[in-house]
Amino acid sequence: MAGWWKRHPYYLWYMLREASCVFITAYALILLWGLRRLAQGEGPFEDWLESLGTPGSLAFHALALPVVLYHAWTWFKVMPKTLPDTRLPAAAIVAGGVAASAACSAALLVAVWWFGLWSVP
Amino acid sequence: MTRTIRIECLRYHPETDAEPRLQAYEVPFTDDMSVLQGLQYIKDHLDGSLTFRWSCRMAICGSCGQMVNGVPRLGCETFLREFWPGTVRVEPLEHFPIVRDLAIDQSDFLAKLESVKPYLVQKAPPAGENTNLQAPEEMQAYYRYSKCINYLLCYAACPQYGLNPAFTGPAALTLLHRYNADSRDAGRAQRMPVVNQEDGVWGCTLVGYCSEVCPKDVDPARAVNQNKVNSTLDYFKHFLFPRAKEKS
Amino acid sequence: MKRSNKPIFWALFGAGGMLSALVGPMLIFITGLAVPLGWLDRETMRYERVLAFAQSGAGKLAIVAVISLFLFHGCHRMYHCLHDFGIHVGRGLKAAFHGFAAAGTVAAIVLVLAV
Ligand code: FES
Repeated sequence: MAGWWKRHPYYLWYMLREASCVFITAYALILLWGLRRLAQGEGPFEDWLESLGTPGSLAFHALALPVVLYHAWTWFKVMPKTLPDTRLPAAAIVAGGVAASAACSAALLVAVWWFGLWSVP
Repeated sequence: MTRTIRIECLRYHPETDAEPRLQAYEVPFTDDMSVLQGLQYIKDHLDGSLTFRWSCRMAICGSCGQMVNGVPRLGCETFLREFWPGTVRVEPLEHFPIVRDLAIDQSDFLAKLESVKPYLVQKAPPAGENTNLQAPEEMQAYYRYSKCINYLLCYAACPQYGLNPAFTGPAALTLLHRYNADSRDAGRAQRMPVVNQEDGVWGCTLVGYCSEVCPKDVDPARAVNQNKVNSTLDYFKHFLFPRAKEKS
Repeated sequence: MKRSNKPIFWALFGAGGMLSALVGPMLIFITGLAVPLGWLDRETMRYERVLAFAQSGAGKLAIVAVISLFLFHGCHRMYHCLHDFGIHVGRGLKAAFHGFAAAGTVAAIVLVLAV
């Protein structure tokens, strides 16, 4: 079975989907670290913010973004297989998931950008 | 119009061969000839020792599953013209032991199939009736999964089965679901232990290629993954009410 | 036949997968690219604002949910990845992956209560 994922492109896409876990885990750890710095006070938190702007961090996030987007797409693509049988066509379930994700993302951006949600106590 | 195509077959006679090898044949073919017919031409005209399985020649018996250029397919509904002027490489289904040339040993699958009780465990008919009626919608709940006739292409497509042969696998779990989803069946409680074990649905990581290669559009990945939800509900129910009788 | 305890971890994996599919890309975009590169005002993530967010009940919940569920999702998939690469994952290693996610969760809860 060694190297089985090279036998068919389908398997390569599967491996890419699975590889997204590395980025999601690392991103969670970055946030966890930021939370720790936040708890330590303004100086440490500013340092953390500063570190997000380093080339290494930017490169990581620039790579993580498309991989996690691909994860999101595959997540909705297989959703019809995980849900109990319904009369809804599979394409409608996938479209619903993608639409929900787009709506959540837009809401998040709007909340952060225009309304400064993070300033509301 | 007759053209000639090169067919490479995996050859392996365990009594005489140390290991499998590929043997190439030049086969004349017409547009309407399938890979299976190519193999039959080889057996009739070029090399009588080539061994392969077939029966119906019309994609309903499930005997002629093979790896055709690395993809699990039915020999009788795959046409040679698709590959010309390239070559066709025919190998036995992945992940199964070889009995001889292209014929695989299915015993592992058959044992798993038996373990899921792939038959109706009859429910007692309603009082005064001697049979269980079924409405068309109730039939729809399992019809798709009942179309599986054990070609085993899904097992050849499943890396998890290749990595861990103890995994119950797509077709057996699909047939398990087919009977659990049948309104006339009372065998769910007997089948859930197969679903719930580590090598039941939990051996699956939703690669999904099984559903891609299924020639009958059974969607085994769907049957298996729905049962992850069922198994999870079953788990928490068992956890919360350990003494509750499993209802069917 | 032994019942698997996967359902617990699969449920957490699924919750994390869903959350990361809904907001993961946008979160990464905002905190990892847009703010550091100045596409979004640096003000967006100024100390006082983030602190105020982390001090609100909903903010605490959101922070813990994202960190914890992303970790459970990622760690669960990671040990499956090892299996896919043919590295045998024994009980110990499996527990280590889930334990790591659980430890991260505890850390997030402790920190979020401390701010
Ligand atoms: S010979 Fe029966 S399915 Fe191909």
